[in-house]
Amino acid sequence: MFNTFILPVVIFAIIGIIAGILLTVASKLFEVKTDQRIELISDVLPQANCGACGFAGCSDYADAIVSSGAASNLCRPGGASTSEKIAAIMGTKADAFTAQAAVLHCGGNCRVTTKKFDFIGISSCSAAKRFYGGNGLCTFGCIGLGDCVSVCDTNCISICNGIAEINKYNCIACGKCVNVCPNSLITLRPVTCHIDVACSSKDNGKITKQNCSVGCIGCKICEKKCLNDAIHIIDFHAVIDYSKCTSCGACFDACPTGAITNCECNIQNL
Amino acid sequence: MKTVFTLMITAILTDNIVLSKFMGICPFLGVSKKLSSSLGMGAAVIFVMACATLVTYPVYALILEPNNLTYLRTVAFILIIALFVQLVEIILKKVMPPLYKALGVYLPLITTNCAVLGVTLQNIDNGFSFGYAILNSVFVGMAFTLALILFSGVRSRLETADIPATFKGVPSTLIAASIVSVSFMAFSGLMS
Repeated sequence: MFNTFILPVVIFAIIGIIAGILLTVASKLFEVKTDQRIELISDVLPQANCGACGFAGCSDYADAIVSSGAASNLCRPGGASTSEKIAAIMGTKADAFTAQAAVLHCGGNCRVTTKKFDFIGISSCSAAKRFYGGNGLCTFGCIGLGDCVSVCDTNCISICNGIAEINKYNCIACGKCVNVCPNSLITLRPVTCHIDVACSSKDNGKITKQNCSVGCIGCKICEKKCLNDAIHIIDFHAVIDYSKCTSCGACFDACPTGAITNCECNIQNL
Repeated sequence: MKTVFTLMITAILTDNIVLSKFMGICPFLGVSKKLSSSLGMGAAVIFVMACATLVTYPVYALILEPNNLTYLRTVAFILIIALFVQLVEIILKKVMPPLYKALGVYLPLITTNCAVLGVTLQNIDNGFSFGYAILNSVFVGMAFTLALILFSGVRSRLETADIPATFKGVPSTLIAASIVSVSFMAFSGLMS
């Protein structure tokens, strides 16, 4: 009884205690003085480890702020409040922060456009894209197999009516979906703007019109109506410069095809 | 009983722990990108192996064996190895911060580096005396370092090579590792 059950426990307990004492002594002897601010900043950061700041993770970013003076406004999930808290810890002025969210520049759901063929294969947009440029009539549109859904850590993207739908309220703007979309349909834009061009077709107006009823045909009406010179036709579709856009909605009202969307509800909720 | 010289040749060339026994592949592939970090890793592994043997051998011979508890050796050894890995980590952090940073996650991973557990078990299975066991551990650590250094040379050449897109990165590294391993088979004739 003693030899089989109690002795092993006793032996391992003793080894464990000795190891514990040794490690405690060593950690006291070889203690490395770390800047306390690193820990304080780590506590302030959201610990999402999304990598949107460009560093390996939250603790890496905290280290970079203290040791190499990285800007305080790089944490997109944390937003303005985190930037202020970091600045308070560092004793500097907070860098201005614009909250951003991901937007899909395609409105080609199953009601307005159709598929060229049935794609049976690996259920991934990038795989489908390699096969004749995707199975949609419009080769620039959302393929809808959800590469962005699988990469999103906050589960704010879903496939709805054949295209990705981004829940802007949960989006932390980490930018992972931006990089993964084979058609580069997703971009980050300030949440305060609520006018989006839901089309990225580089086909000319005639082909776009044939493929999709809400595609941007490049008619340039929005360009003329814009009061701030913020919207331009580039590669046969409209692109908004959000540094100039005031979200007045003039282009939205003027668009003949409905390729420009206006989601005003964004502002109040964020 | 083998002489010290044959022990060394066996450990380093004919029975190289990485290239012939395929233990410790994870740090072998992970840290061999740069010569400096592979040297540091090698030194850390030599230290851990020697210290681990220094403690595990007496623990086995004086505590476990007399009480018929040899079946617990794996658990006991891992506990002791973990202790030394933690020690190395604490010391490196203080003494050589750049190396600590370069080794990154692979440093705590020495704990699960099967080469370390492998050598402590091998010492006992081969019936080495205490002195030989320590020597063997140091030699095996040197063998690990040698494999790392050789392979870091191969990898620095691989980086500039024009490799087809399919084989870029891990595949080409694994193929290179197997070729280096095959080249070590040539040494197997030395001991017969």
